[in-house]
Amino acid sequence: MTRADQERIFNEKIAKEIKIEPNDWMPEEYRQTLIRQISQHAHSEVVGMLPEGNWITRAPNLRRKAVLLAKVQDEAGHGLYLYSATETLGADREKTIDDLHSGKAKYSSIFNYPALTWADIGAIGWLVDGAAIMNQVALCRTSYGPYARAMVKICKEESFHQRQGYESLMKLCKGTPQQKAMAQDALNRFWWPALMMFGPNDAESTHSDQSIAWKIKRFTNDELRQSFVDATVPQAEILGLVIPDENLKWNEERGHYDFSEINWDEFWQVVKGNGPCNKERLAARVKAKEDGLWVREAANAFAKKRSMKKSA
Amino acid sequence: MSNSQWPLWEVFIRSKQGLNHKHVGSLRAPDATLALENARDVYTRRSEGISIWVVESVQIHATDFDQSGSFFEPSDTKIYRHPTFYEVPDGVKHM
Repeated sequence: MTRADQERIFNEKIAKEIKIEPNDWMPEEYRQTLIRQISQHAHSEVVGMLPEGNWITRAPNLRRKAVLLAKVQDEAGHGLYLYSATETLGADREKTIDDLHSGKAKYSSIFNYPALTWADIGAIGWLVDGAAIMNQVALCRTSYGPYARAMVKICKEESFHQRQGYESLMKLCKGTPQQKAMAQDALNRFWWPALMMFGPNDAESTHSDQSIAWKIKRFTNDELRQSFVDATVPQAEILGLVIPDENLKWNEERGHYDFSEINWDEFWQVVKGNGPCNKERLAARVKAKEDGLWVREAANAFAKKRSMKKSA
Repeated sequence: MSNSQWPLWEVFIRSKQGLNHKHVGSLRAPDATLALENARDVYTRRSEGISIWVVESVQIHATDFDQSGSFFEPSDTKIYRHPTFYEVPDGVKHM
């Protein structure tokens, strides 16, 4: 089959909504775009465990602690589904992780903000997982089969992540004035970083057009961000919290909420590594890999011993 | 085997009695025992399974996509293998 035939078959599949599978021919740029996007997504799951993991031992009661533990454990699993998906594209898993550690690969900039109070854990579940779900539900229809399947599984598991965060904030909002103030403070700090999670405006987004054409992305950054704002504003009202944006108002004509321009200087600063926790997060990941070396070696030694016993 | 590259395993799960094992994904582990334990932790956190198979990915042999047209062609032309190929009068029951 000629290259042109292969390309034609590939394009026909995309047009007919037939998923691309690992052994199918695909353009090299399609493969590289997916490896970049999926590994970035995997890194986000893994780095995302850090701000929350920090609060497991300080959760206010056993119920919240069990829930947080389950959520963080899910995120480890989600990282694994996604690393596996990159491997189906021929990526070397350890190399993708090394790229994270060297700073070459990115992860969601939201995790470079600290979780300062217990209310932040609620806000992360509600807003950060809420934004992630908005993005991931759309990705369930992405054109690459293994990525789409991982997303379906992740979305199923993550729906509790957002609900537990909202429930936890609801509790604070119905509590003492200090507790409610804590919830408002968490919203104030996480609102804008959550909106930044959808990435640059469409006009500034370098990979968007091709990704939409290949149906890797099904909606643009701005479309997803708008959906998130529209879904979240009424949820804030039910909590009795105020979204920190004086320009936020319903636009009858558009049928959407209008909101202020994002502080893009801050966004790019954090992406470039100058956020409040970038160095701390990467250092924690590097340390985890180095400190875990003996465990991986022990597992190898044990596996070897067992196989020798079997063959003896 | 270097420490950084444990073998890749494909994971198959039977969700309940009476159903086939179904491919759910893959993971890396140093041996089958640990692959099964990791598969439990990764793929059955919400009671998704009652039985797990793990198979080293290198042990799986697959059809070649480029040849799949000619490989599967023999069955495409034999429509008489389907019940709808046959005409039966309207009054005939239980068939």
